[in-house]
Parts: sequence; C-alpha cells; structure tokens
Amino acid sequence: MNSILAMPVVFPLFTGIIMLFFWKHRQIQRIINFLGSTATLALAIYLTWYIKTSGIQCLYIGAWKAPFGIIFTADLLTMTMILVSGIIGFATSIYSLGTMDETREHFGYYPLLQIMIMGINGSFMTGDLFNMFVWFEVLLISSFSLVALGGERSQLEGAIKYVILNLLSSSLFVVGVGILYGITGGLNMADLARKIPMLPNQGIVNVMAMFFLISFGIKAAIFPLFFWLPASYHTPPAAVSAIFAGMLTKVGVYALFRVFTLIFVTNVAFTHTIIIIIAMLTMLSGVLGAASQMEFRRILSFHIISQIGYMILGLGLMTPLGIAGGVFYIFHHIIVKTNLFFVSGVVNELKGTYLLKKLGGVLKLYPLLGLLFLIPALSLGGVPPLSGFWAKYTVAVAAVEKGEYLALAVSLFVGLLTLFSMIKIWNEVFWKEQKAEFAAEQQALRQLPKFKIAMMFVPIILLAAITLFIGLNPEPFLDYANEAAQQLLNPSIYINAVLGGAQ
Amino acid sequence: MRSIILRTMTMYLLPLLLIFSVFLLFRGHNHPGGGFVGGLVASAAYSLYLLGFGIDKVRSIFRIQPIKVLAFGLFLAASSTVFPIFFGKPLMTGVWYEHKLPIVGSLGTPTVFDTGVYFTVLGVTLNIIFTLFEDKE
Amino acid sequence: MEFVLAIIVGILATSAFYLMLRRSLVKVILGMVFLGNAVNLTIFSVARVTKGYAAFIPENASTLEGVYADPLPQALILTAIVIGFGTQAFAIALFRKAFQKVGDDDLDKMNSTDIMCNEDIPGDK
Repeated sequence: MNSILAMPVVFPLFTGIIMLFFWKHRQIQRIINFLGSTATLALAIYLTWYIKTSGIQCLYIGAWKAPFGIIFTADLLTMTMILVSGIIGFATSIYSLGTMDETREHFGYYPLLQIMIMGINGSFMTGDLFNMFVWFEVLLISSFSLVALGGERSQLEGAIKYVILNLLSSSLFVVGVGILYGITGGLNMADLARKIPMLPNQGIVNVMAMFFLISFGIKAAIFPLFFWLPASYHTPPAAVSAIFAGMLTKVGVYALFRVFTLIFVTNVAFTHTIIIIIAMLTMLSGVLGAASQMEFRRILSFHIISQIGYMILGLGLMTPLGIAGGVFYIFHHIIVKTNLFFVSGVVNELKGTYLLKKLGGVLKLYPLLGLLFLIPALSLGGVPPLSGFWAKYTVAVAAVEKGEYLALAVSLFVGLLTLFSMIKIWNEVFWKEQKAEFAAEQQALRQLPKFKIAMMFVPIILLAAITLFIGLNPEPFLDYANEAAQQLLNPSIYINAVLGGAQ
Repeated sequence: MRSIILRTMTMYLLPLLLIFSVFLLFRGHNHPGGGFVGGLVASAAYSLYLLGFGIDKVRSIFRIQPIKVLAFGLFLAASSTVFPIFFGKPLMTGVWYEHKLPIVGSLGTPTVFDTGVYFTVLGVTLNIIFTLFEDKE
Repeated sequence: MEFVLAIIVGILATSAFYLMLRRSLVKVILGMVFLGNAVNLTIFSVARVTKGYAAFIPENASTLEGVYADPLPQALILTAIVIGFGTQAFAIALFRKAFQKVGDDDLDKMNSTDIMCNEDIPGDK
C-alpha cells in the first residue's frame, strides 16, 4: 500500500510527541528534533523520487474509497512542497540550535515547530478540501504559539494581527467549503473538479472562486490582504520568522495553485484575469513598501509579498510555461527567503539589532557572511546566474507568450526595485562604517562561542549552496517544473489517479 | 472552599468517578461515551479533589506531570493509527482482535485510539487546572 | 426554516464584523465568537436542512430507507466548532497577555510593529 504517503505527516508528529516526554529536558529535545527533521528530509527526498518515477499516488485513509473518505494525494507539485518543507525544516532545526534562547526551548519551542511542520505537510498532502482546512488550523495554531512564544511586546502586538486575520481567513474558507458541499455534495477535490463543470448554475462557481481567492489570499498575503504580514513576521526570533517567511505564505500559494488549476477552471477568462491583476498589484505594493523600510527583517517581509506576486502571476497566466515558472519560483523563493532571514538573525546575534541605522561594518567582521548574504540577495533580485534569474526569466517569457506585456513590464520593474532594496541592505549593514555611538554600545556584546557560530553558518551555507546549484544547473529543475505544470494543467490525470475506475 | 462536606464527599467520589470514567471509555464503542467524555470525567474527579484538599495534596496522589500523561495519550493515539500499516492496510484502518475480552469488550486500534484520547484529555485538562491553581497560590 | 437561519446568520455576521472593527480587544474576541457561530450556521443551512431520521442503518438492512438527515455537514460543523473553540481560547489568552504587556486594550495603541520601525520597540528586551 501507499502508506508511505502519510509519513511526511507521521514523522514530525512522532518527533513532537516523543519530545513531549522529555519536557524541560533541553538537550534531549534538541537531539530528538535534529534526528526527526533529518528523517523527515530523507523521507521527502525518497518520496519525491518515488512520485517522480511512478506518477500520481493516492492513499485512501482508513480504506474508505475515494469520493467518500479522506485521501492523501501526491503529485509533483505536492512533492515540490514536501521536499522544500523537508529542507527548510532541517535547516531551521540546525539554526535553532545556535540561536534559540533557553526560555523558549523550555516552553516547548521544538514540539511546536515539529507540529507546525506536520500541519504544513498535511495541507500539502491532503486531497480533501475540508481536511485541508483542518491541517491549516493545525499549522495555524502552532504558528500562533510560535509567534507569541517569548511574550515580548512587539511579538504580542504582531501576533494579535496575525491571529485575527488568519481566523477571518479560516472562517471564509470554511464557509466556502460548506457552500461547495451544498451545491455539489462532495469535498474530495478530484470529485469537485469532476462535478463543477456539470453544474447548471456557473454563477455561484465564480462566487465560490472569489471566496477561495480571498481566503487563501489572506494566507498567501496577496495585494489588498497582506497587512498582517509585515506587522508580524519581523517580531519573533530569527529562526521562527525564517521558517514562517519560507513556508507559511507558500501554503496559501500552494492552495491557490491547487484549487485554481483543478477546481475553478471553468471560467478562466474571469478568475485568472483577476489573479493576474492582483499579481501585478501585489508585486508593486510589496516592493514599494520595502523601499521605504529601514529595518532588516521588515524589508525582507515586504519582499515576501512582492515575490508572491510572481508566483501568482505564473498561476494567472495558466499556460504550461507560466505554471512551470510559478512552481519553480516557489521552490527557489522558499530557499532564498529563509536564507535571508537566517542571515538577518546572524547579524542580530553579532550586533544586537535589526535597525539599519544602528548597523554597519559587518563585512569587516565577517567577510564570509557578506558573501553568504549576497548569494540569496542577488538571487532574490534575479541576477544571473543565480536561481532567481531562471525563475523570473521563466515567468517573464510566459507573460510574453501570453501577450501580457503590462505584467512583463511590472515584473521587470519590480525585479529592479528588489535589487535596489537588497543593495540598500548591503550598503547599510555590510559596507558602511558603523556610527561610533552605536559601535560603542555593541562593543561589549557577545563573543560568540564556536558551536553557536557553526550552527548558524551550516544551514546558511547549505541553502546558499542549493541556490547556487539551481542557478548553475537549472535544467533538471526546470524539467521537473514543466512536468509538474503538465500534471496541473491536465486535471484529468489527477482525477483519474484519485477516483480510478469510479467514474 | 475547604468545607468538611466537600472533603468527605470527594474521598468517596474520587475512586467512584475514576471507575466511572473507565466504564465510559470502554462503553464508547457502540454507545454514548468514549475517550473524550471519560477523560473529562476523570479530570473532573481530580479537580473535585483539588477543590477539597488543595494543589499539594493532588500532586501527592497524581505524581506524574500532566504533560507526560498528555504525551502518553498522544503517543497511544498516534501509534494506533500507524499500527494497521504493519498489516498491509492503509493508515487508520481498524484492526480488531477477534475475541472479546472481559471489561474492555472488543479490542482493536479504535479502542487504543480512544484510550489515547482519554489520556490526552486528562493530561490537557489537568495541566490547565494545575497551572491555573499554581498561578493563584 | 432556511429563511430564519439566513436571517440569523445575517445578524450574527453583521454584529461579528461590527465588533471586530472596534478598537477594544474584548469586542474583537466577541466578534470572533459570533463569526464562528455565523459560519457554522451557514454550513448547516447551505447543506440543506431536512426533517428526517438520524443516519443510522438499521440492524437488518444494508442501506438507509426514507428521509434521513445528511450527517456530513454536522460532522463538519462539529469539527469547526472544536477548532474554533481552541483558537478562540488561544486568542483570549493572547489578548490577556497583550493587555498586561501594553497596559491598554486599545488596538490603536498596539501599532508599534506597523509604524516605520526606526527605533527599538519599548518593552522589548
């Protein structure tokens, strides 16, 4: 049987549970967490290879047949996300060893982290709309706790906005699911995809599509709905905000990709045009927001928003190349963005602040860190030959093919401004001479122990190496993304794999 | 709150309620009841005792940290979902022991799952109550 | 029946959004509770309200006979209630903590992460 499909959920769950037995034993939890995330990563790699070779696989949970029971389905898009969540989970586990403070570790940081990864993996794996809501809640409630863990004022203030808006989004999601069930009588995504084109009343399908666009849009932080993100993502410790920046909004993006390639494809002219417009506005507002910020992580937070725009643009184009570009973009972006947050955390460890005006001269202190910042930063800006270049290039070519020249212009302009922001950080943090008044108060600050430095640099180097590898050798990744796009654009493959002969 | 009536009553109620909670747990397969209600009744028993005798006395009869109980319950529940894999069945399929047992009734992975829920609920509730009372005292 | 439910959902949702747009944290949490109820009732009413038996298959039959109520929306609502309860409980705890830290339950006073972050936020380490 395909029970292995459930393992990306089961592994983090058991890691989390076993850690609960060692409540308040910091060292043991750290070891278990490391082992658990290594196992999850190994599993994700194996599973990706397995799905790549054997096509879409399903697991009928509890042996209930397809449209009735809950299923786990894995296609190439799912596996992209599982693989990258494995990588990020692994990197964050190591990074936490170096940067997480004792209080947070005492109050269950590691179990929360693992349960959040379980929720993330579950929402990627599931093939049932209501089940996706449940997984969303699993990951949300652990992410709520992770944001607020530590209880500093800024954290709590950020957490309030994060909690309220995400609960609103969940409510909209549930209403959408309920109404969809009311009009089709199904919750299984493949079943919905089969039934929706046959509905006599297509007007309500459009309404539902907008419901899901708004609800996932809040989670993905698209144009008018992103305000919670820059208010909360820069408040928790670096390790937490890194995994949030990498994975959480991308869960929303994944959900958008899933429903708008599988379920709501009956009126592409309407829905996907809206998505393209939103994508352009998202890119612009994100990057302009970033240009005016003077805090390391807040700049990066705004850039998450602008980058989401590119992914959504790929989805909105709805061509093979566009979707492929979107998938490739997600993969590249998660790794790069997490890495940038890691770097910001190291700078904070060295200097004790994230404010650009107080920072400076890090290049002299740690030349290696400067290089490690430049790789993801330039990649984010889309400088060849790094991974971001290929991602942006694919999306841009797709836009030209579709004749969306405005979107092309916006995406190139935003790329330029992204580079501007990255150069700004580079100038302010690494290059400029630090002002004497701030240098003095930081002089006494920590001589970092060797272990800590190693634990911080290993994941950064690892992720930078992946970025470089994708950049210098993009062919297999693009092929993979193309294959994933083929699957997404032919929903019949997915539907057949899930429902089998039940049609 | 430490009235003599409450104290005397809880002395007798604690074991009774605990037995009742186990009864509810195993009854739950085909009738109203189950791990959730059972766990709530068990934690209600301890809460009553706490009201009568105070937090230290409860700690002396409930020596395990509630969070360990919670972890144990989660572990049981999670294991019962994985268990069917070893029989070549998909995750969460019910696997049953064919003979009936005394007290427990029919034994299978759903029973184990329910037991897990019982301990999880007990652990969570006691954890909350203990924390609240320690906060107060 | 649907008519009444629709009106109730409308009232609940309106008051929920009104409360959530208030500045006081207590009202926000009340709004969230109302919204949760509105959502659950919506699911209940859109999935068709039927008068009928509970969906138990009789012992000597293999399918359901006659009019029975669809159990699935009820299961969905039950799940949504439990999850909503958990998140609301968390939100209350969070709001209480924030109230203690900020010393005010006015959301307009909690904008230190929204404004241009040029200074360290007071109250942080």
